Amino acid sequence: MHVTRALEERLEILFKQGHVVGGLYRSLGQEGTAVASAFALQDGDWLAPSIRDMGALFVRGLDPAEMLRQYTARRSSLCAGKDNTTHFTVPDLGLVGPVSPLGTQLCVLNGVALSFKMRGQPQVCMTYQGEGASRTGAAHEGMNFAAALELPMVVVLEHNHWSFGTRSTSEAAVEKWVDVAEAYGVPCAEVDGNDVLQVYDEAVIAVSRARRGEGMTLIVAETYRMLGHAQHDAQKYVPPEELERWRDLDPIARFETYLEESGFADRAELDRMKIDVEKEIAEAAAVVVAEPAPEPEEARTRVYEDETLAPPAPWTRRDAVYPDLATVTPSQTRG
Amino acid sequence: MPELRETTYLEAIREAMWEEMTTDESVFVLGQDIGVYGGAFKVTAGFLEEFGPERVIDTPISEAAIVGAAIGAAHMGLKPVAEMQFIDFIAPAFDMIVNFAAKSRYRTGIGAGLVIRGPCGGGARAGPFHSQNVESYFANVAGLKMVAPATARDAKGLLRSAIRDPDPVLFFEHKFLYRRIKEDLPVDEEILVPLGEARIHRPGSDLTIVTYGAMLYKAGGAAERIADEDGAQVEVIDLRTLRPLDTDSIMDSVRRTGRLLIVHEASGFGGFAGEITAQVSEQAFEWLDAPIRRVTALDTPVPYAPTLEDYYLPQEEDIVAAARWLLAY
Repeated sequence: MHVTRALEERLEILFKQGHVVGGLYRSLGQEGTAVASAFALQDGDWLAPSIRDMGALFVRGLDPAEMLRQYTARRSSLCAGKDNTTHFTVPDLGLVGPVSPLGTQLCVLNGVALSFKMRGQPQVCMTYQGEGASRTGAAHEGMNFAAALELPMVVVLEHNHWSFGTRSTSEAAVEKWVDVAEAYGVPCAEVDGNDVLQVYDEAVIAVSRARRGEGMTLIVAETYRMLGHAQHDAQKYVPPEELERWRDLDPIARFETYLEESGFADRAELDRMKIDVEKEIAEAAAVVVAEPAPEPEEARTRVYEDETLAPPAPWTRRDAVYPDLATVTPSQTRG
Repeated sequence: MPELRETTYLEAIREAMWEEMTTDESVFVLGQDIGVYGGAFKVTAGFLEEFGPERVIDTPISEAAIVGAAIGAAHMGLKPVAEMQFIDFIAPAFDMIVNFAAKSRYRTGIGAGLVIRGPCGGGARAGPFHSQNVESYFANVAGLKMVAPATARDAKGLLRSAIRDPDPVLFFEHKFLYRRIKEDLPVDEEILVPLGEARIHRPGSDLTIVTYGAMLYKAGGAAERIADEDGAQVEVIDLRTLRPLDTDSIMDSVRRTGRLLIVHEASGFGGFAGEITAQVSEQAFEWLDAPIRRVTALDTPVPYAPTLEDYYLPQEEDIVAAARWLLAY
C-alpha cells in the first residue's frame, strides 16, 4: 500500500513537471482492496486489474518502475510507448491488462480461466471492476459467462461510490451491491474494502472455492475514491464532509494502527518503511525520466506478427515517393 | 489420380475445423448452439461427440463474452474458433474485437491468434439482421485480418490458414454458397491456402473485375456473357483475403487491362471498392484508359421482400452493363 501511494504521489510530481503523458488515475483511499485481495493468489494464478488497481500488480511481482515507464511513455515501457497506465499484458507475471472501455477485461480473463479448466490446471483468476464499470454490457456478459461455465474466477467489485462524476446511487437501482450476485447465481461476500484483513480473508475463501472447481465468487468491497476521476478532475461535486468521513477510514492508517496495537510493528519501523519506499521510488523515477522515448517510426511496428505487413503507407504520408512527373505519360497501356 | 470427393462449401469449412482440431489439440470451438445442436447451419454437427464438451463449448448469447474468452484463451496458447451464429451478431462484440483483439499485439506485444467465423451475405431472404456483409465495419481497424472465400477449396484452405495465424482473423462465410457450391476436392491432400493472396479466377486482357465472396459467380457469369456476346476478354480477380489486401495482384492486372470494375455485395459508401479505387489511382493512374467503376449493393439496410432484396443486391445485369460501358470508353 505504501508502494502504491508513494508511487502515485511521485507520478503526481512527474505529472506537474510535464513528464507524464496523458492522464493520471489515482487510487488514493482505495489501495487496500486491490493489495489485500491480490495477496490471496498464488504462483501461476492470473489477475486483470482495472484502472485503480496498481497495488495488486506490485503484489504479483511487478517492478514499480514499470508503472513510471508506462506513464512517461518510455520506449522501454511494457507497452513500448504505445499505450499507458496498467494496459499491459505480461504472461510471466500472469497479468492481463485492461483497456479503456472497462468491464471488458473480465471477458478476456474468462478465456484464461477457461484454458485452466480445459487443461485441468488448478490455477485461478482474479479481476476487478468499479461499480461503474460493472454496469457495462461486457461486465454483465462476463460475469454471467464465468458463472454459467463455472470458471475459476474471483471478481472484486470495488464500490468506490463514484464513476467519474456520477454517484453510484444514480447508476443502479439495487439497494445493496451484493444483490447483483443473485442475478448471476454466484456466492457473494461483502467486505469493508478499507480493512485489508477482511478483504484478504474473503479473497482467500473465494480463491479456494475457485481452486476447488466450485466456480466464480463476487466480492463487493466498500471503499471510496478520495480524488477525482483523473488529475484534471477537481472533484467539486463531492461534499467535503463526505471526504472527511472517509479520510478517517484510510486503509493504510487503519492497518498501521492494527500493526502497532498488535505489537507486530512500532511507529518508528512503519515510518522508516514509508521513507525507504519513497526514496526507492524517487530514485527509480530519476532513472526512468532519463530513458529515451520511442523512435517515431516505431509507430509502424508490431501491428501484426509478420512485420512485412507493417503499413508502408507510401502514398498517404509526407515521406511519399511520387513518380517523377517528367517520366509520366498519359496512358501507359496505349503507349 | 488422387481420390476426389464432392464437397460443399459448408463441408469444406467443417472439414477444415475438424482436421485442425484432430491434428492440434490446442484448437477449440465456442459459440451459441454449436455443441448439442451442431450449429444453426450444422457446420459443427458431430463435433461435440468427437471432441467433447471441453473443446466444443456451448455459450450463453453473449458475443462480447465469447470473443473475450477467445482472446484470453489465445493469450494462453490455445487456438479458439468462435462462431457468430450470423455475422450480423458480431456487432455486440465490436468493442472486444476492435479495442481488445485488434490492438493487443500493438499495445502489449502479446497477440491474439483467434478466428471469428460466421455466415454473412444476402440472397437467403433473411432480412436486415441475417444478411449483412460486415467487412467495411472493420476495414479501418489495423491488427485484424479478414477473409471472404468464394470457393469450397478456398473456404477449406483459408480457414486452416486462419486457425494457424498468430493474429485475429474475421472469416466471412457466404451463407448463400453453403450448400450451393460443390467442388471435387482431393481427399488425402492437405489443402492450405495462404492469407493475403488473390487468385485470377478467369484470365482476360480487356477489363479487370475485382471481386470476392458470392459476387464471384455473378462477375464470372458476366465475364462469360461478354466473351460470348461482345468478344471481349474480362479478367476476374477473386480477392479471397480482404486484409491484408493483395494490391500487387490488383495493380498487375490493371496494368495489363487498363480498365477496372470493382464488384462487391456490401454497400458502396465507405466500402472496399473505395479503398481499391484510391490505391489504383495512386499506384496505377497512368495505366488506366477509363474511369474506375463500382457495382455494389444499395446504400440501404438489406431489405426482406424478394422484390426489394433482388433490387438491393448487385445482379449480373448490373455487372454486364458497367463492364460494357468501360469497354466502350
